[in-house]
Amino acid sequence: MTDLEELRTTFEFFDDWEDKYRFVIDLGKELDDLPDADKTDQNLIHGCQSQVWFTADHNDDGSLHFKLDSDAFIVRGLIGIVLIALNNKPAQDIVEFDMDALFTELELIQHLSQTRGNGLRAMIARIKSVSHAYLNPEPI
Amino acid sequence: MRDMRSDFPILSRQQNGQEIVYLDNAATTQKPEAVIDAISNYYRMHNANVHRAAHRLAEEATALLEEARQLTQSFIGAERVEEIIFTRGATEAINLVTQILDGRLNAGDQILLTELEHHSNIVPWQMLAKRCGASIEAVKVTPDGELDIADFYQKLSSKTKIFSCNHVSNALGTVNPVTELVQAARSAGAITLVDGAQATLHQHLDMQALGCDFYTFSGHKMYAPTGIGVLYGRAELLETLPPWHGGGEMIEQVTMTTSTYQKAPYKFEAGTPNICGAVGLGAAIKYLRQLPINDLVADENRILAETIGEMQDLPNIQLIGTPKNRSAVISFVVNGAHHHDVGTLLNEQGVAVRTGHHCAMPLMQALQIPGTVRASFSLYNTKADADRFIAALQKTITFL
Ligand SMILES: Cc1ncc(COP(=O)(O)O)c(C=O)c1O
Repeated sequence: MTDLEELRTTFEFFDDWEDKYRFVIDLGKELDDLPDADKTDQNLIHGCQSQVWFTADHNDDGSLHFKLDSDAFIVRGLIGIVLIALNNKPAQDIVEFDMDALFTELELIQHLSQTRGNGLRAMIARIKSVSHAYLNPEPI
Repeated sequence: MRDMRSDFPILSRQQNGQEIVYLDNAATTQKPEAVIDAISNYYRMHNANVHRAAHRLAEEATALLEEARQLTQSFIGAERVEEIIFTRGATEAINLVTQILDGRLNAGDQILLTELEHHSNIVPWQMLAKRCGASIEAVKVTPDGELDIADFYQKLSSKTKIFSCNHVSNALGTVNPVTELVQAARSAGAITLVDGAQATLHQHLDMQALGCDFYTFSGHKMYAPTGIGVLYGRAELLETLPPWHGGGEMIEQVTMTTSTYQKAPYKFEAGTPNICGAVGLGAAIKYLRQLPINDLVADENRILAETIGEMQDLPNIQLIGTPKNRSAVISFVVNGAHHHDVGTLLNEQGVAVRTGHHCAMPLMQALQIPGTVRASFSLYNTKADADRFIAALQKTITFL
C-alpha cells in the first residue's frame, strides 16, 4: 500500500484493536529492510525503546526519499504509515504535514506519546529537519 | 482469603471495558485507601513544619513524622530509631551513602557490585570511584540469573572497601543470599549496602539478623507515596560519618563561619523533610501489619509458580532468569519478537507490564539481550489476574 487515502479507508473498516494491529504488524513485516551496511550508529535514532535506523536521499524530481528500519514489528508498521504519508513527497509538503493529526485520526496517537512513541516522534522530527535543511541549505 | 483488591481504588479502573491487570509493581505499587486517607488527613488536620515551633499543629506533625520513623524501625527490625533516615527514595539513599563515604576510600581500593544491579546501585558508585580513584568490580551473574557465588569469593579481597548488592533483582526477581554475602564482605573489612527496593513487600526484613551497614528502599514500591524512602544505617557507623546536605534541621549551632551538627538521623536530613510522604509510609506499614502477610506472600509465590508453569507450555516463550529463589517478577522474551511489541499488544488487552532493560543495562549486556518483558506481581494480584495475563500473552503470540 502506498496511498494515504487507501490507508485511511482501510482504517475505517477496522472495528477492533486486533484487526488494526494485525494490519500494522503486517505492514511492518512488508517494510523493506535497510541493508546492514546502513545500520550504523550514525544512522541510529536515539531515544527509541526499539532501535530505528534512518537514511535520506533525494529523487531526480527533487522529492525526498527515506529508508527506515527498526527491530520491532509494530514500530516498523508505524514507520510504514509515516512513509506512506511522507515518502517521495516534495520537501515543502513534508515540512507542512501534520503527523499528529494523522495518528489521531487512525487512533494510533498513543504511539506518539512521551513514553512509548518518543522514538517515533524523534524519527518524524528527523525527517522534518532533513526536509527543512533541504529547503534551506546552509550558505557555504 | 480476604480480597485485598478492594482496598486499592485504582484497581477497579477500567481500560477498554475491562479492569486493568496491573503487573508493573516492580516499577511502583498502587496505593490502598488507608494511605490515600492518611495523606489527605495529614493536610486536612495536622500540617505544620516539624521540630520547630511550639504550637499544637507542629507538635502533631512532628509526632506523626517520628511515629513513621518508629514504624519503619520495627518494620525492618532495626535496633535503634536513630538508624532510620528519611530520603526521597532508594536512589537518594544510595547517593547519600556514596557522598558521605568520600573520605573512606583511596586510590586502588575496590568497590564490589554485581552484574544484577539497578542503575541506581551502579552510577553513584561510579561517581564515587571517579572521585577517589577506586575501581569497580562486579560479581558475575550465571545464565540462570543468579549471582555467581564462587566469583564473589574470588573477587572479594582485602582491597574491597565496599560491597553493595540488591536483595531482590528488579529485572529478574532473583532473591540473593544477602545474609551470607554481607557476612563475608564485612569479615573482609568492607562496608556493606543492601538495596532492598524490591524486597520490602515480599521478604521478612530483620536488619540485626542481616547485619549490613546500610539498607535502602523506596516507599512507593510498598504501597506508600512517591518521594519518600529510607536509608537504614548502622548507628555506630553513622556516628562516624559526615553529613552530606547542609541546611536547617541538621545543625546544633551555626556561626557565620562554622557549624556543629545534630546527631543521626537529623544530621542527614537537612531542610524540611517530606513529612506527608513519611506519614504515608507510616500508614502503609500499619496497613501491612494488619494483613496476614505470610499467607499473602505464600499465595503470591504459588500464583507466580503456576504462571511460570503455564508460560513454559506456551510456544516461543523464553524465560529470562530461572533463579531457584525468585520473588514477584517474571522476565521473558517471545522468540523472534521485540519486547516492545509484546508490551504494546499486552497493553491493548488491558495488561500492564514493563518492557526494556529495566534500568539494568549491564545485566542485559551480561545476558546478551537488548531487553525483556517483565510481569511483576504484588500481594493484591490474584490468580484471575495471572489467568488474564496468560490469555493475553497467548493471543499476543499469534500476532508475532
Ligand atoms: C532494585 C532497585 N533499586 C533501586 C531502585 C530505585 O528506586 P527509586 O527510583 O524509587 O529511587 C529501584 C527502582 O526501580 C529498584 O528496582
